[in-house]
Amino acid sequence: MAIEVIEPGLATSIQDEGRPGYYNVGVPPSGALDLYSAAAANALVGNAPSAAVIESAYMGPKLRFTEPAVIAVTGADIPVLVNGQSAPRWESLDLNAGDELSFEILAGGARIYIAVAGGIDVPLVLGSRSLYALGAFGGFQGRALQTGDVLPVGAGSGRPGLSVPEALRPEFPKELDVRIVLGLYDYRLTDEGMSALVDRPWQLSPVADRIGFRYAGNALQWKEREQPFGAGSDPSNITDAGYPVGSIQVPGGIEPIILHRDAVSGGGYAQVGTVISADMDVVAQSAPGTLAHFVPVTLEEALEARAAAKARRAEMIAALS
Amino acid sequence: MAAHQVQTPLPGVFYRRPAPDQPEYAAPGDSVTSDQTIGLVEVMKQFAEIKAGVNGTITSFEVDNEGVIGPGDVVAVIETGA
Repeated sequence: MAIEVIEPGLATSIQDEGRPGYYNVGVPPSGALDLYSAAAANALVGNAPSAAVIESAYMGPKLRFTEPAVIAVTGADIPVLVNGQSAPRWESLDLNAGDELSFEILAGGARIYIAVAGGIDVPLVLGSRSLYALGAFGGFQGRALQTGDVLPVGAGSGRPGLSVPEALRPEFPKELDVRIVLGLYDYRLTDEGMSALVDRPWQLSPVADRIGFRYAGNALQWKEREQPFGAGSDPSNITDAGYPVGSIQVPGGIEPIILHRDAVSGGGYAQVGTVISADMDVVAQSAPGTLAHFVPVTLEEALEARAAAKARRAEMIAALS
Repeated sequence: MAAHQVQTPLPGVFYRRPAPDQPEYAAPGDSVTSDQTIGLVEVMKQFAEIKAGVNGTITSFEVDNEGVIGPGDVVAVIETGA
């Protein structure tokens, strides 16, 4: 069983739940940017949550299945075609040998997930099948998919006709709240700078990929200080520090960047806040032009949101088993 | 005569030239072939070419150079003469 790549789509890669545990030596977690949608795709086709799926941004690939397969497409709102005929998203589908999966034009969201029963069977690297493109390892041959690639598929036993209940499917609004915990360097902002960060919306620019999501809109004002030893001359510079996934840095004080799962592990930009883990999927599904309101929450609220997100995911998986 | 609308599948920034110091790919009134590039979309630090998609004559560009576009936006109209 294999999948032939007829057209790769944009920055299409193999991803699983990621590669935690190596950020201290500069290897980011990688993994599906929208973990909920990836988990749903796997659950629909009877895979374990750790199975590898295909992730595309904005534009789906065109794929041909060499043998009968059970597949599911989740994530962004994009019309799905099987042999040119409309097919549902968030449902498990039965494909015949030779069937072709393709996509029309994106209507909402940003990232598409395709799971096949058995999972994409590329080698484990540091315990994960996820591509880390900057490191050129993991995924399929350490790179994004290309025309002519043949993806190996593991043994699986999915069944068609399963469907994620409507209430458990994400929505893709053009304007949304992104909850953040302030810090570690928010004290460097003036009152005006803090107001510009949290009281006005930010618009996602086209510079948004697996490494980071760059927003535009306001200028942040920083408190005057004499820059410490080791820090760059711009007020947004600090002496180098570790970057959490989800942290918001503001190079030059004008365009905040939310670091995502392929980000570098440290550097010299002040992080004014960190997106809570429960909202990283929402960031992942933001398309350029999306307006984001950064809403500060406490650590306790962030942990409650994480627990709620876990419960919703468990409910979704239970609904499919 | 039929008007073909060239849609972008990608969001991003639309460019009518391959590079700032290069001439435009095409202008209204030009004849183009189906596989001819008429613009670029920049997204995620990558550039994707937009092809005419049909043989015909460009009647208009619907997006300015460096305009921000979303998936499905019409960037140009081509008269196919069919």
